[in-house]
Amino acid sequence: MSAPAAPPMRRSRLWDTLRDMAARPSGAIGLMLVVLHLVMALISPWIAPYDYREMNSAVILGGPTAEHLLGTDHLGRDVFSRVLLGGREALVVTGIATPIAMLWGGMLGVLLGLRGGWVDEALMRLVDAFLALPGILPLLVLITVFGSGNEVLTPTLAFFFGIPVIRVARAAAHEVVARDFISAARARGHSPLSIVRREILPNVTDTLLVEGAMRWSWMLLGFSALSFLGFGVAPPMPDWGLMISDARVYMSLAPWGVLGPVIALSSLIIGINLSADALAKTLGLDQGRKAVV
Amino acid sequence: MANPPLIDIQGLSIGFLGRSGAMLPVLHAIDLRVCRGESIGIVGESGSGKSTLALAAMGYLKHGLKKISGEVIYNGADMFARSTGELARIRGGQLGLIPQNSGQALTPTLRIGRQLHEALRLHCALPDGGHEARAIDLLTQVRLPDPAVILRRYPHELSGGQQQRVAIAMALAGEPDALLLDEPTTGLDVTTQAHILELLRDLARTRNMAMVYVSHDLGVIARVCDRVQVLYAGETVLEGPVQAVLKTPAHPYARGLLASIPRLGDRSLPRALEGRPPAPGSDRTGCAFAPRCALATDQCRTIRPPMVTGEAGQETRCFYPEQTTRIDMTGSGAPLSCCMADNPAALSLNRVAIRYDRPGALARFLPARPRPPATVDDITLTITQGETLGLVGESGSGKSTILKTIAGLLPPAEGTITLGDGTALTPRVEQRRPEQLRRIQMVFQNPDESLNPRQTVADILGQPLRLYFGLKGAERHQRAAALLETVRLGAHYLDRRPGQLSGGEKQRVAIARAFAATPDIVLCDEITSALDVSVQAAVLELLNDLKARHQTTFIFVSHDLTVVRALSDRVAVLYQGRLCEIGASAAVYAAPSHPYTEVLLNAVLEPDPDHAPRLLAEDATDLSPPARGCPFQRRCPVKCGSICDTDIPPWQKAADGHAIRCHIPLKDLAKTGPA
Repeated sequence: MSAPAAPPMRRSRLWDTLRDMAARPSGAIGLMLVVLHLVMALISPWIAPYDYREMNSAVILGGPTAEHLLGTDHLGRDVFSRVLLGGREALVVTGIATPIAMLWGGMLGVLLGLRGGWVDEALMRLVDAFLALPGILPLLVLITVFGSGNEVLTPTLAFFFGIPVIRVARAAAHEVVARDFISAARARGHSPLSIVRREILPNVTDTLLVEGAMRWSWMLLGFSALSFLGFGVAPPMPDWGLMISDARVYMSLAPWGVLGPVIALSSLIIGINLSADALAKTLGLDQGRKAVV
Repeated sequence: MANPPLIDIQGLSIGFLGRSGAMLPVLHAIDLRVCRGESIGIVGESGSGKSTLALAAMGYLKHGLKKISGEVIYNGADMFARSTGELARIRGGQLGLIPQNSGQALTPTLRIGRQLHEALRLHCALPDGGHEARAIDLLTQVRLPDPAVILRRYPHELSGGQQQRVAIAMALAGEPDALLLDEPTTGLDVTTQAHILELLRDLARTRNMAMVYVSHDLGVIARVCDRVQVLYAGETVLEGPVQAVLKTPAHPYARGLLASIPRLGDRSLPRALEGRPPAPGSDRTGCAFAPRCALATDQCRTIRPPMVTGEAGQETRCFYPEQTTRIDMTGSGAPLSCCMADNPAALSLNRVAIRYDRPGALARFLPARPRPPATVDDITLTITQGETLGLVGESGSGKSTILKTIAGLLPPAEGTITLGDGTALTPRVEQRRPEQLRRIQMVFQNPDESLNPRQTVADILGQPLRLYFGLKGAERHQRAAALLETVRLGAHYLDRRPGQLSGGEKQRVAIARAFAATPDIVLCDEITSALDVSVQAAVLELLNDLKARHQTTFIFVSHDLTVVRALSDRVAVLYQGRLCEIGASAAVYAAPSHPYTEVLLNAVLEPDPDHAPRLLAEDATDLSPPARGCPFQRRCPVKCGSICDTDIPPWQKAADGHAIRCHIPLKDLAKTGPA
């Protein structure tokens, strides 16, 4: 809308976007959860009441008490302390792997969207073939071959979670490529890379940002699933997926054991999803509710 | 009038909730009365609130809009007070709406028959078995050939004109008492538009319907309406009988609007209306038009004028209706900058043919099938330096295709394109040298599409400056600002993004971007068709100016014969990708002319209620040109025999540089000159 000329003093776009997100209920709750988790991951080593390795044979599978807020696990370790610390590995690995996945998947997708032709066709069929596999399977294969550990997990996750991004980025680029400003740039004689950088990327970053947020939550789940299966974080490091796996065995004896890590993991995932939803609405990608004037 | 009004809108104000929490009006106290058998035109430019008014007449408001005050009385009761069930019965039944773009309004996945059936089931009491017969009857009424075949078709299989007719048939299904038409012919070809308008006129007369016709085009209004209401910035500024409003309008805005329309009979630039209308919902005191009005006084700027009675039954919102005659309504009379015919060539097309179909990978191994005729064929043209060549034709005539080929975006199947210095242009843009690329620049039809919404004006103008001249930093910034000056926008536009500009401003930026390359040849693809008439006039003026100053060669593509007339030195008429006629502008627009040119010229609408278009040929266009003979054989009103079906007609030289491609001898063509 032809708003009166915008005041020249504008804060950064990032700040504006975050503020608009926080103005929505979903964004406020989502951002709060995400920030809470990030802060917790940062300061947990200093606030955790117990050492995560400290075993206490006196209180194996103990219930929640004043000393142990969430009880103790099968080795007598404090569950609350381990829940506080249990997201750190996941956040670091996915925090690095997500941007890498977005970067390579996004760039490749946009280039394919611009170029089209048989290269595009061939690569997209490969992507389709990959997407037809259950996601965890190729992950497991690679980890069995190269071993676990963060230096393997990070690139592996970045690779596999980048593949679906190709599809999204290509679709977003397709919408832009059909528009006349791309024809205008081609007619002027700009190189494909220049067209991607100056004309297409600014128009697909919004879509990719929202997609990135969603990918992050998927990747967290994937990471936790690997830990749950014993391929992720190695004990005694605490990790939510691993903790759920351990506590699952004693569920009939100590049902509270799974509660802590489950709540922690799901609140983070829900927080990210809510934020992604609010981000999509703020950026106007959610076409459902767009004001007319 | 004796019969009571069917639609009676009283003091209707509609607004939206602004960020500040205040109600910002987009319509101010509108009164509108329509009786049976009467047809009212609502004229206004984009943003004037005319579509909002038409929808409000159905008791419908777009998302975000609210009624502030007033009533919309239909058939004795307020539409906004009726129940949802009642509204559902009235809408589409007694009260039909024909939208602007029927291609969008029809469901793409349902056959026409199903969609008509739906309308009939909801709004008429026929037994199920009677629907098919009724549907065929309706399609016959809207003059669609082969109605039984059309029923089985999907919307995308129909042309724009056919889709619009189906939309009219659907609106007629409920036997409506009143029709609301929201720009139903905008975007259609001149001939199709003329046919649809005749159809609507007849329907209104035979069925005694009330019609509310919303349009920005005064030519259309002149053809179908009895009375006209002119909207400006959400309020009625002039109301009266169509004769008076179009011939002796008593409001400065209406006069300015009429002056900005290019006309066939007047080879001069239309007069542009300076300034732009206030944004919807903006705060104002005094007359909304005062900032753009030549007659404005201090009184106009401080007090909102009331509606007063003016000349010839008009009601006008102006303090000085008797002085409005001082505002000239004829063209600007500005001499067109014209070039010497004997200038050297700037660009030559030699037997260029363009195809969209490509033989598939298997074609080589399959038995040869005859290929469909080329989309564009046998185009031989030479454009001299500093000349403006107008390319006219209906949609599908290949005008834009030819421009794309010159720009290198679409390689020709045959033929060559050479620059004035004799260097041949490579078919594909990727193989052209930067210097060649710089010399040919293109301006696209819709600036919303051709400007990247994420770039600032400085970025947009900076692209060619960086690419061709390697300009950086302050130097680039300075040059961009200078370019904005040449298109009469200030340097303060540099930081804006396209979303913050009006349609005309965006197109100026697009023109500035083309001129950033200091090109020899500028290709203009329907560059004014997405603009309001008053804005169009200003853009035409700008182009004429740039042409005089830079000696630039223009190829100006348009479906609008009057616009081409206003600007071009020479005109080439295209039909289905083949040239029919070419010559100096004055010669092409006069006799003798090609039968197709004749058809086009006669279908042009003038903003004059006494002018009637003549419909010489059917408007249906086949998708592909005929394989043999004259391309116009299927629609030609004066076809001279079987020779037209078999032989491609020869070029006949009518005068210096004027040639017509027809089998009919020139002296016979001259007899059937335009009325």
